[in-house]
Amino acid sequence: MDFAFLFSTMKDLLAATPTTIGLFSLSVFFGGLLALLIVTMRVSNNIIARNFAKGYIFVFRGSPLLIQMFLVFYGLGQFGVIRHSFVWPALREPFICAVLSLALCTAGYSAEIFRSGLRAVPPGEVEAARAAGMSGFLLLRRIIAPIALRHALPAYSTEIVLMVKSTALASLVTVWEITGVAQRLISQTYRTMEVFLCAAALYLLLNFIILQGLSLLENRLNRHHRRPTGRKPSVMNALFGARP
Amino acid sequence: MKFKSILVAAAALFAVASTTPSQAKEWKEVTITLEGAYAPWNMTNPDGSLGGFEPELAEYLCNHMKVKCNLVASDWDSMITSLNAGKFDVVMDALSITPERQKVIAFSIPYANTHAAFAAPTESDYAQAPGTGEVVKMAPDYSGGKDQIDALRKTFDGATIGIQAATVYAKFIYDNFKDIATIREYKTGAERDLDLQTGRIDVGFDDTTNLLASFKTSDEAMAITGPEIAGTVFGIGEGLGLRKEDTELKAMFDDAIKAALADGTIKKLSMKWFGTDVTPE
Repeated sequence: MDFAFLFSTMKDLLAATPTTIGLFSLSVFFGGLLALLIVTMRVSNNIIARNFAKGYIFVFRGSPLLIQMFLVFYGLGQFGVIRHSFVWPALREPFICAVLSLALCTAGYSAEIFRSGLRAVPPGEVEAARAAGMSGFLLLRRIIAPIALRHALPAYSTEIVLMVKSTALASLVTVWEITGVAQRLISQTYRTMEVFLCAAALYLLLNFIILQGLSLLENRLNRHHRRPTGRKPSVMNALFGARP
Repeated sequence: MKFKSILVAAAALFAVASTTPSQAKEWKEVTITLEGAYAPWNMTNPDGSLGGFEPELAEYLCNHMKVKCNLVASDWDSMITSLNAGKFDVVMDALSITPERQKVIAFSIPYANTHAAFAAPTESDYAQAPGTGEVVKMAPDYSGGKDQIDALRKTFDGATIGIQAATVYAKFIYDNFKDIATIREYKTGAERDLDLQTGRIDVGFDDTTNLLASFKTSDEAMAITGPEIAGTVFGIGEGLGLRKEDTELKAMFDDAIKAALADGTIKKLSMKWFGTDVTPE
């Protein structure tokens, strides 16, 4: 085991970690917003909006993310119209192209996950709320959204973890994130095993932190389902001690 | 206990498998890898077959050695690692012979030696950089070309330079332009040339023969800018990459390359594909 090499590799990969985190957080944030819009259209009564949302979900779930990324990055640049328009300064940047295609793709998946959450809201609860005089945004905020989110969260966690791993594709459009830097290191040192092990460890660490956060959120949302006894100690409690 | 015996058995098997003497190997069949995306050295034809300077040279070499050769396309940035992992026997992809690479693989004698140059869209501010049309010979420490590099540094100040990752050309750019330009690394030269045309990057840097081929496909919308860079700066030329232990195979290929150099085959193929003679000195 060459620890000096592992150490210097880890240092190089850590330098690329902010890029990966940036790609991930921006695309999940914008993708989530877009997914809310798409799911609103998908469950609306307007036939045009509903079919547009159906088509969107079909296209972005039905084609490989890599191809979508190439279409955004190399494809759009081939049209003079786009190159001479106000969007080009943004689309010229590889990082923005990568975030855009990641966000567009995750929006398709997330919209379906949110819809499954919405469908899990019991009609009885909605009726009860209406009977109590709630309607519109208040009903959504107090009753529908919390229940839908609770049901959607496990599937959404998976989508978020998949997004962390999808950022690896950005190296193919010249954004040098963890995987891209790892491949560059390998082509300089020819030591595949050590470098990719370091990269895998970093991704595991990232996903571990993200999943811990999500499971804390899930616990909070499901407080009322918890049995008062036999609480499972969480990793956070083990590390930092239970809160008094 | 049982688990332990399985381990022992596995270790024994592995030991047997890995100590098979390589001298006993009769080379009847050789697998050669190339990119299939580095015109005119090697490219993928519309029907999926491989064509270009190297596939045709490989055909000659294999006929000369009387072995059967299979050409497979693979990714540039993992070629050397895959060669040592035994995925194929020879790398033939305009691979420059450098001291760094000689630490991990063996090389045949060079079968070509080409120049490198910058390319820019003909309409851009970076076209016709100082020294365009000249050839500069540089040593590995860039001596012999310091003045030209300084002039280019002034011209390319603030530009975005595109290169193919993990090449000798990438090293040249990082060493000399890192502090004054933005450097973008591409998986393939073809992708870089796309971005050079759309203006996402300002200049590209690569092997002259490869650039000239991409100018052709872009209807001469791009051209060489600045001097062509020659000499030993990028190594002594392009050779075949082989595993260090395959000494016999190296001898066979060296012999075949000598024959191709002697009977003018390399010059003939070079004129056909590059329009210039890349025969190593």
